[in-house]
Amino acid sequence: MPQTVEIPVVWLQGAACSGCAVSVLNAFSPTAGPLLLKELTPGKHVSVRVLATIMAGQGEQVIEVLKDTAIRDKGGYLFVMEGSIQLGDPMFATFGEEGGREIPIYDMAADLATDAAAVIGLGTCASFGGIPAGEGNLTGATSIGALLAERGIDVPVINVPGCPPHPDWFVGTLVAVSLYGLEAIVPTLDELSRPAMFFGKCVHETCPRRADFDAGRFARNFGEPGCMYHLGCKGPVTYADCPTRMWNTGTNWCVGAGSPCHGCVEPDFPDRLSPLYEKIDEQRLGRFRLLEPQTQADADA
Amino acid sequence: MARTKSKTGPTTITIDPVTRIEGHMKVEAVVDGGEVKEARCSGTLFRGFENILVGRHPLDAVRLTQRVCGVCPTSHGTASALCLDAALGVADQVPDNGRIVRNLLLGCNFLQSHILHFFALAALDYVDVTAVADYDGPESELKAVRSFLGRGALAPFVPRYEGDYRADTQTNIGLVRAYLKALHIRRTCHEMLCIFGGKMPHNIGIVPGGVTGDVTPDKVATFMGKLAEIQDFVNDVYLPTIMTVAGAYADYFGIGAGCRRFLAYGVFPLSAKADGARLLPSGLIDADGSPAALDRDRIAEDVTHSRYAAECAAAPAQGKTVPEPHKDGAYSWLKAPRYDGAPAEVGPLARGMVAYAAGDEVFKPEIDAALQAAGAGPEVLPSVLGRHLARALETRIVARVMMDWLGELVPGDPVAAPLTIPDEGEGAGLTAAPRGALGHWIQIRNKVIDRYQLVVPTTWNGSPRDADGTPGPIEQALEGTRIKDPDNPFEIVRIVRSFDPCLACSVHVMTARGTPRGVYRIV
Repeated sequence: MPQTVEIPVVWLQGAACSGCAVSVLNAFSPTAGPLLLKELTPGKHVSVRVLATIMAGQGEQVIEVLKDTAIRDKGGYLFVMEGSIQLGDPMFATFGEEGGREIPIYDMAADLATDAAAVIGLGTCASFGGIPAGEGNLTGATSIGALLAERGIDVPVINVPGCPPHPDWFVGTLVAVSLYGLEAIVPTLDELSRPAMFFGKCVHETCPRRADFDAGRFARNFGEPGCMYHLGCKGPVTYADCPTRMWNTGTNWCVGAGSPCHGCVEPDFPDRLSPLYEKIDEQRLGRFRLLEPQTQADADA
Repeated sequence: MARTKSKTGPTTITIDPVTRIEGHMKVEAVVDGGEVKEARCSGTLFRGFENILVGRHPLDAVRLTQRVCGVCPTSHGTASALCLDAALGVADQVPDNGRIVRNLLLGCNFLQSHILHFFALAALDYVDVTAVADYDGPESELKAVRSFLGRGALAPFVPRYEGDYRADTQTNIGLVRAYLKALHIRRTCHEMLCIFGGKMPHNIGIVPGGVTGDVTPDKVATFMGKLAEIQDFVNDVYLPTIMTVAGAYADYFGIGAGCRRFLAYGVFPLSAKADGARLLPSGLIDADGSPAALDRDRIAEDVTHSRYAAECAAAPAQGKTVPEPHKDGAYSWLKAPRYDGAPAEVGPLARGMVAYAAGDEVFKPEIDAALQAAGAGPEVLPSVLGRHLARALETRIVARVMMDWLGELVPGDPVAAPLTIPDEGEGAGLTAAPRGALGHWIQIRNKVIDRYQLVVPTTWNGSPRDADGTPGPIEQALEGTRIKDPDNPFEIVRIVRSFDPCLACSVHVMTARGTPRGVYRIV
């Protein structure tokens, strides 16, 4: 039998909530067990060397695996960054120690990126800064891409945003890399370094409540039928395949559960999509034409 | 190997990062004569969530605070909705459907989190995955593990601490089977949550006034089907696994007692009255074993050894906090919450102890039966195994009661009260996350958030020393523990993990903006 090729993965969590890792544990095809244990594509296995949430090793073992991977697999491993990077102070986020001193995550991330084949910015925080980089933050949080630009580190970055990202978006990206290679995938990323296959379509285009928008039927309170434009839906300015892919093994999605889309995959999340429950200006609707109100209640609003 | 620093005499064991928890944690233990003399827990990440909330629309708090933690977002959504219910004046107006669906959503996350905790996080401290190399049966998943072991790239299961995996080969194979099954079932818990929650992590279903989604019979049917499958797992796999581990590691009923003082806020409201009965009751069990009613005015936060300015030590309702990353004598981003000036443990064990002391008719028989099966009395509950047992029993009880709640839903009835954002308002939301007592406090001025604060479970359990030099509950649980092998300090990580630490939740900052704080209403 031919030898299985190992694709080493090291996964670092910065200013994160672990939600991206937990979402990936919700993967369905393949599920989490086979994802860790079996070949992802014929002849190739993703070897998750470091992911603090699930790995057996502790403390210095973790740091040794990271260093060992960067040296032995230089240029051949994938570096998954979850969470944003806080540049404001070295003590805001540390991971492990070296010579009795805490290692700032921004240095750890820069070192791991330098020797990686590619960086996957997993989740909106790593891709664009996300909530930790929101207005009012004290920590100087930013994306992995911004850190690499500041340090002049030239390595391909693939952003898989979402708060959290859908497990299919991450697993699908891994499969694409495994099957076709980075050299085929990286040139096809969009202007935000995202795989277009998941983030190419506007949520509003495929929303099952689109007919309500077009007919001017709007929900005014939670639990009501109708388009949720007036409840703050950001579907018209959000690009992701949630309406058709749905979440948690195709169970449901935000609009399906009676909630407006908050645009959690977007670089504008959260600041320029807030307040989350207030409608966006009509001019941001762009090509989507808002009809005149059809009911007295809509006219009063 | 743990990093050990040899000094003259005592040795310091440093574990940084502690893995298989949520978030960033460091533990330092000074070991002398084979025993932990001094232990220090540190949170090593600061995000400053509360500052980010200031100036935003009040309703946004529910969605943004969920992002404090990807393991227990539903708990933060619940606490945030409760404090907003009070601030918006709808605390007693949440329709029954809204209350029950909220309970179901939070219940889903209890099941998911507890199952995740034991199997995905804690189990690898007790289970030897490499035993599956000797598996010779027909099950595909175990054969996949055997093939994986045969290929030789053993991450993420190796490296690991070595030398204290006690179960025999067949028992280990059974435990790995349970581990793999648990990965499926915790995903099922999230699918179940998604029925009313839209997506998970970070559901969108819980809002002030109730929930977003209507109740229909097909949703109830799907929910029931998944819940029945989860109940089977809890009864047939989770609890038996705990008993198997308890049999092989029985000495852990005597390790990691901690401060023996327990606090619970109460969770899962059983009526429309905001201050009415809850499935899991509130209360305090003091160090001498005496129970007392919860009095939230006795909660205060100390920052002597936390990376915050000294002026910040106060009750949650009056506190303010300024980060000082390089403060002398500080070793953690966690504050030190204290109840009546002393540490308290929170979590499933604390909730179980409070319910047990109250003679709760749901909890007491479950706990007594499990203790009898383990051949032990209630005195062993404050321990590593006691925490795992309490967590599993709570999982079973919550899963059972959720089925009853489903039957109480009325399709077509309202799910949310209409909302108006007041110019000014304030409220507190006290509830429980899977890992312990959780409180959110909000103050609204000019229709926006003027101040927001969270006091979360691991801030209680993982807190550093206070002004009196009293260590936090995890630190106390570590101190006095005998360490068999300082290069493989199983005892330390087993103790720490029994508390199910969640560090992302624990590190936050209160804002100094605003005026003197008023009295918050407990909901």
